[in-house]
Amino acid sequence: MQDLGIRVLFEGSNFLRLLGGLWITVKIALISVSISFVLGIFLGIVMTLKNPVTKAITRIYLEFVRIMPQLVLLFLVYFGLTRAFQINLSGQLSAVIVFVVWGTAEMGDLVRSALISISKHQYESGTALGLTNLQVYRYIIIPQTVRRLLPLSINLMTRMVKTTSLIVLIGVVEVLKVGQQIIEANRYTAPSGALWIYGTIFLLYFIVCFPISRLAGRLEKRWMN
Amino acid sequence: MTQAQKVLEIQHLKKQYGNDAVLKDISLDIHQGEVVVIVGPSGCGKSTLLRCINGLEPIQAGDILLDGKVITDGKTQWSQIRQKIGMVFQNYDLFPHMTVIDNVLLGPTKVQGRTKQEAAADAKKLLERVGLLDKTNSYPRQLSGGQKQRAAIVRALMMEPEMMLFDEITAALDPEMVREVLDVVLELAKGGMTMIIVTHEMQFARAIADRIVFIDSGEIVETGNPEEFFTQPKTERARKFLNIFNY
Amino acid sequence: MDFDFIAEYTPMYVTAAALTLRIAFWGIVFSLVTGLVCSLIQYYKIPALKRLISGYIELSRNTPLLVQLFFLYFGLPKLGIMISSEGCAILGLSFLGGSYMAEAFRSGLESVEKSQVEAGLSIGLQHKQIIRYIVLPQAISVSVPAFCANIIFLIKETSVFSVVALADLMYVAKDLIGLYYKTDEALLMLVISYFVILLPISIIASLLERRLRYAGFGH
Repeated sequence: MQDLGIRVLFEGSNFLRLLGGLWITVKIALISVSISFVLGIFLGIVMTLKNPVTKAITRIYLEFVRIMPQLVLLFLVYFGLTRAFQINLSGQLSAVIVFVVWGTAEMGDLVRSALISISKHQYESGTALGLTNLQVYRYIIIPQTVRRLLPLSINLMTRMVKTTSLIVLIGVVEVLKVGQQIIEANRYTAPSGALWIYGTIFLLYFIVCFPISRLAGRLEKRWMN
Repeated sequence: MTQAQKVLEIQHLKKQYGNDAVLKDISLDIHQGEVVVIVGPSGCGKSTLLRCINGLEPIQAGDILLDGKVITDGKTQWSQIRQKIGMVFQNYDLFPHMTVIDNVLLGPTKVQGRTKQEAAADAKKLLERVGLLDKTNSYPRQLSGGQKQRAAIVRALMMEPEMMLFDEITAALDPEMVREVLDVVLELAKGGMTMIIVTHEMQFARAIADRIVFIDSGEIVETGNPEEFFTQPKTERARKFLNIFNY
Repeated sequence: MDFDFIAEYTPMYVTAAALTLRIAFWGIVFSLVTGLVCSLIQYYKIPALKRLISGYIELSRNTPLLVQLFFLYFGLPKLGIMISSEGCAILGLSFLGGSYMAEAFRSGLESVEKSQVEAGLSIGLQHKQIIRYIVLPQAISVSVPAFCANIIFLIKETSVFSVVALADLMYVAKDLIGLYYKTDEALLMLVISYFVILLPISIIASLLERRLRYAGFGH
């Protein structure tokens, strides 16, 4: 039975279809991560401001987004927004919106903590050397911030890719859905297909996420000491 | 002094890290009630020697004998030996999650199986002797460096050791706290405790030592009584070393 | 907003929340146990097991729970391994959480300085006693914030359990949307349910963290 199962994987274009499904996931993650990074940097800077109003608003935003499971956020956007504004959002667009909202919050917090972790002395000793403000940022502050930030934000990326798996639950045809379709289509010829297909998807995610988290780990070791 | 019994004998001790010989052929006897102060430049191996004596570092050759019995043959129950040889470290190393009293009672209750109440009576006496009775229930973070170090000394004394090892116990202290710790050690010396002290406090070394051992590059270069060593060192290396301390 | 509807279906949410919490509870307990064992193996560098554990940790951290559940629930039965819905949920959550808890424990263990062990040795304590009285208490209190974060994370992850046919909060919400088109009400109750579960835990976590920070051990 099991040899039939593994054949399903390579029959026709099945494996390519799975990869296509994975690409949807990765694509949504990439788009969301890129937008989140940019917005997150702004949010992070705003969060370091001493203004009580921006402080309160950003805090509530961050806490709400963090406390809600991402799947709940997906439901809110996919089912809720659609109804509230009578617009039909596709699953993919809903996913990007949710992941940007979530990713921006997480990224903003990373940027904030990276910024406040640089001690005042760094600014002062830069100025003491006669550097201009701009130079202080260019040569001292920004390089240090980036070093602190990069490993953590790469980690955020793996989290994003993993979380993107949820979009199957709002009807996006991605790797799990494609897998289901293949299993269904071969239900009688390959009853053990589910084992192989889901096993493969499991490994595919690992193959995508592992190098990214490895990279983050490396950078962290190199830079954080 | 000559009639006194040998407590500790170190015979041809060798210690290496990889190919780096840290201690090369060290031989040294410590007698009952003797205070030996080891001095020498940083990295000369003097702290390593203390750590070897307490079994914290494996040695490559040679023997260490306690009360005439070899303790470095690999068959030794270090737990037993360490109760007889107390050790105090440079960074105090009190257990930060325990109060002072719990720190000093951990050994007696868990190692020696004494009851808490009975051991606590002893602990209070010792804490009083070092002036820490009012800190009995404080956590280490609430103490000054000098207080922490005195508590660490009490922790070691609670095991009723035959001898004590002090590893640069004032090196991490602010200058104004050095005195209070050294006074405790001086007090112990007067009480007849056998001690090996590694220190950079030359005045203190001179005042407390029965014998000075000067180690350089893993070798004992010179031993002698403190007056001689500090006023007329026999070797060029010792002279150079002592010169560093006179501006 | 149809408040009668909300009142009528609140019990369904309560039941679903209870299910979520029960599974989360066991998942967290098993995660902690798994994490403790794994971290001790890594800390003491037990030769063969160490590699196995790091393999497990990488696998668990680099795959989504949803995919793990699909494999457990739909894939494994083809090998003749049948696990109930709840079993899959608890197993999946523990598989995921174990690695996160292991990392939390490990950083706690590594934060305990080596000299603490030596101080323990110097008063004659045995290795086992040193772990129990000196290393673990310090490691655990250092790890508490990470534990709390992991617990919140794991409870949030329970939201995917509907895929293994468990009638959890998401399942109920989706059901009500599909059956009655009461989208607003269903979603509102969904959000409130998670708030009620997670907000207290999150508040306790940040209080604990603050207390630990101010009571920091220091040296």
